[in-house]
Amino acid sequence: MSEYDQELDARGLNCPLPILRAKKALNDLSAGQVLRILATDPGSVKDFEAFAQQTGNELLESGENEGEFHFLLRKSG
Amino acid sequence: MADKKLAIIATKGTLDWAYPPFILASTASALGYQTCIFFTFYGLQLIKKQLDLKVSPLGNPGMPMPMGMNKWFPVLGTTIPGMESMMTTMMKQKIKAKGVATIEELRDLCIEADVRLVGCQMTIDLFDMNRDDLIDNIELGGAATFFEFAGDADVTLFI
Repeated sequence: MSEYDQELDARGLNCPLPILRAKKALNDLSAGQVLRILATDPGSVKDFEAFAQQTGNELLESGENEGEFHFLLRKSG
Repeated sequence: MADKKLAIIATKGTLDWAYPPFILASTASALGYQTCIFFTFYGLQLIKKQLDLKVSPLGNPGMPMPMGMNKWFPVLGTTIPGMESMMTTMMKQKIKAKGVATIEELRDLCIEADVRLVGCQMTIDLFDMNRDDLIDNIELGGAATFFEFAGDADVTLFI
């Protein structure tokens, strides 16, 4: 299990809420800190990739376990 | 990197068509876009303090209806009084069940993210609408106001 500074439970939420909640949570972190996100929206896999690419926050990990997705985002500096 | 800009014109006043402008604007803001939505004609319904948005099966052959009703229900059936509120209730239940945000929620997120919301002054006059019925976090303007922002936008959408 990877290290993270904060966790966001976006399970049960649909597009675009996981991204919007993640953005909000990142606002409260300092550069370099890591946010872990849990989600059930299958669209969030592509969306977090796209989010990372466009915002400069690094997607460290993206995985799935029994229909639940988890992501690790490191806030850009 | 200079912010990208997204300009949207929202012209529809139904529950289903309320989603695209607010979803795209809130997401664009999260991605770092400067965003502006210009509400005109029926789109003004989306910036009322009291939202009363409905979805209609009338003239909408693409709308999935429960129990295959769209297959056997005559088109005229969609005009039956009460059909609109029934479909609206069902849509709202679905929205809740699927974890889709409400329009109120998305609109609040847009306001929080400093999405610029502009109401069309001409339409307000045309429909004798009252400024006080609209939310506070908007400005009023016309076509020139829209182009002032959209003139150098990276993405412009008419919804």
